[in-house]
Amino acid sequence: MTPAPRFPVLLWLPAALAAAFFLLPLVGLCQRAPWSSLATRLASPAIRDALWLSLQCSAAATTLSLLFGLPLAAWLAAGSSRLRTAVRVLVTLPMVLPPVVGGVAMLLAYGRNGLIGSAAEPWLGFALPFTTPGVVLAETYVAMPFFVLAVEGGLRGLDPRYAEAAATLGAGPGRVFRTVTVPMLLPTLRSGLLLAWARALGEFGATITFAGNLAGATRTMPLAVYTALETDPDAAITLSLLMVGIAAAVLFPLRRHWLPSR
Amino acid sequence: MKLAADLHLRRGTLRLDAGFVVAPGSTVALLGPNGAGKTTALRCLAGLLRLDAGSITLGERRLDGGPDGPFVPPEHRGIGLLFQDHLLFPHRTALQNVAYGVRGASRKRARAIAGAWLERVGIATPELRPAQLSGGQAQRVALARALASNPSALLLDEPLAAIDASARFELRRLLREHLRAFPGPRLLVLHDIADALALADRLVVLEQGQVVQAGSINDLVCRPRSRYVADLLGVNSFVGDCRDGHVRLGAASLTVATATTGEVLVTVHPRAVSLFRSRPEGSPRNVWLAPVLGLEHQLERVRVELGGALPVVAEVTRAAVDELRLADGGEVWVAIKATELVVTAR
Repeated sequence: MTPAPRFPVLLWLPAALAAAFFLLPLVGLCQRAPWSSLATRLASPAIRDALWLSLQCSAAATTLSLLFGLPLAAWLAAGSSRLRTAVRVLVTLPMVLPPVVGGVAMLLAYGRNGLIGSAAEPWLGFALPFTTPGVVLAETYVAMPFFVLAVEGGLRGLDPRYAEAAATLGAGPGRVFRTVTVPMLLPTLRSGLLLAWARALGEFGATITFAGNLAGATRTMPLAVYTALETDPDAAITLSLLMVGIAAAVLFPLRRHWLPSR
Repeated sequence: MKLAADLHLRRGTLRLDAGFVVAPGSTVALLGPNGAGKTTALRCLAGLLRLDAGSITLGERRLDGGPDGPFVPPEHRGIGLLFQDHLLFPHRTALQNVAYGVRGASRKRARAIAGAWLERVGIATPELRPAQLSGGQAQRVALARALASNPSALLLDEPLAAIDASARFELRRLLREHLRAFPGPRLLVLHDIADALALADRLVVLEQGQVVQAGSINDLVCRPRSRYVADLLGVNSFVGDCRDGHVRLGAASLTVATATTGEVLVTVHPRAVSLFRSRPEGSPRNVWLAPVLGLEHQLERVRVELGGALPVVAEVTRAAVDELRLADGGEVWVAIKATELVVTAR
C-alpha cells in the first residue's frame, strides 16, 4: 500500500465545518426526541401506516425502475445518436426539476383530464392521482433517472470485448445480455437500485402534488413528517428519527457498493 | 474447409485492402508492424466488423459479402477467436467459461465436454475463477473455451503477447500441439518471428493495411520484399538507386548481379557477410573496412554490428569471434559477394 498524500493543513477547518454541518441536524433530532414516549409513538397506527406505505411504495418504484430502466439504460448505452441524446436529456430532467413541477406535469399527463389519464382510467378501473398507485408512479418518476444514469454509466464502462467473445462462442445478443452483461454489471445495478430506492423513500414534492396527502393511501413518511410538524412536533421528530434509522440500516451493510471503495 | 478473405475496410486512419487464403489444416501467421491492420482483419473474419467491400468465405459459405451482400453475425459463423488477454468471463469459473460455448448439449453434458477440454490443455483446477489463474493458465482456459465451441476455423490474436517468458515456451508448445490437431484453417496474429517459426506454415505480412508479402518462411528469408520483413527476419536491408550493376546507397555503393534500373531494396543475410582481419584476396566484389560497434551473442552464433558508411550486421561462429579478435573492437574487412545480394525493384 502506498501511503496517502499528506493532508494540507489549510483544508482542515473547512473540512471539519462541512462534517459538522451534516452532524448537527442529527444531534438536534436526537436531543429533541421524545425518548420516553418513543416506543408508544412508534407503535401508533398513523406512524405504522405511513411506514408500511412508504416501504411498499418505494419498493414498487424501485422494481419499476429496474424493469423499465434497465432496458432503457441498455438502449442509451448501445450507441450514440441524436435521438439517444434527446432521450437522455428527457430522463435527466426529473433530477433537475423541482419535484413539485414534476408532480404538476404528471397531473397534466396522467391526471383525470390529462393527456392519456382520461383514456387510461376506464382501462385501469381507477384514476391514478390521489391513489397509492399514483404514489408509486410519482416516486418512480423521480427515482428512475438515478438508476438509468448509473446503469448507463456502468454499461459504458464495461469492456465490450467480453460481449464479443461471447458472440464468437455462439451467443446471440439476448444470451450475451443475460449471461455476460448483466452479471458483469451487478455491482452497478446494486448501487443504482439503492440510489433509486433512497430517492423514492424520501420523495415528497411530486407525491404530494400528484397523489395528495391522504392518510393510509398516499401519506408516506415524508408527508407524515410534514403533516405532523404543524400539529404534533414530537411525532414529526419521531418519524424523522425512524427515517434516519431506516436509511442507516440500509446504507450501512451496503456501504461497500454505495461508497467509493478505499 | 478453406478460409478465403478479400478485405476492404476504412477505419480511422487505417485503410485495409488485404486478400489471403488459409487452407484447411494449415496455419498462417499474420505479421506486421503496429497499426498495420492485423487485429482489424481478424475482427472482420470473426464478424465483429463489417466489410466496406470484398468478401469472406469459409468453405462454400459466404460470411460477408460487403454492404450489399450477405452478413453472417459472429454467433452463427462458427469461427473461434482467441484474444490476446484471454477475455475469460470474470464471474464464471474456468469450467463454466469453457462450457459456455459448448453447443447443442445438456448442461451436464456440456460440463463433461468442458472438463475434458480443460484436461487436454493441462488445467487441473476447473473450479477457479479467472482472477485466480496465472496469465498462462488463463490463456489455456481460453484456448479450451475456443476449441470446445467446435469451430470450423480458428483465429488467434497475439496469443503469446501477454504471457511472461517462463510460461511462454510451454504455452507455445501447447498451442502448436492443438493447432496441429485442429482440422480447419488456423490464422494467428503474431509479432514475434520466433513464435511464427514455431507455429506457422506460411506467413502473410501486412503493412499499412496491405499484404506486402506472403509465403513460406524460406521464401521470406531468401527474398524479403520490404525493410520490415528484412528487419523481422534479421536480414540486412538497404534502399538505393540501381544503375549498371551498382546500387548507390548514400555515400556507399554495392556491386550487384542484376540489370535492374531504378529504386531497389537490397537485402543480404548476415551469414553471407564475411569478416577478415586482412584484406581478402579473390572474388568478392564488395569489400570495405568497417569498425566493429558491438557483439550480440546468440545460442550458436554471434551477430556482429558494423559501422561506417554502410552499417551491416554479420553473423559468424564463436570460433571466428576469437580468431578475428572481434571483442577487441577496431576495424575489420567486410566482404559480400555480388551474388549474395538480393535486389528487389520497388
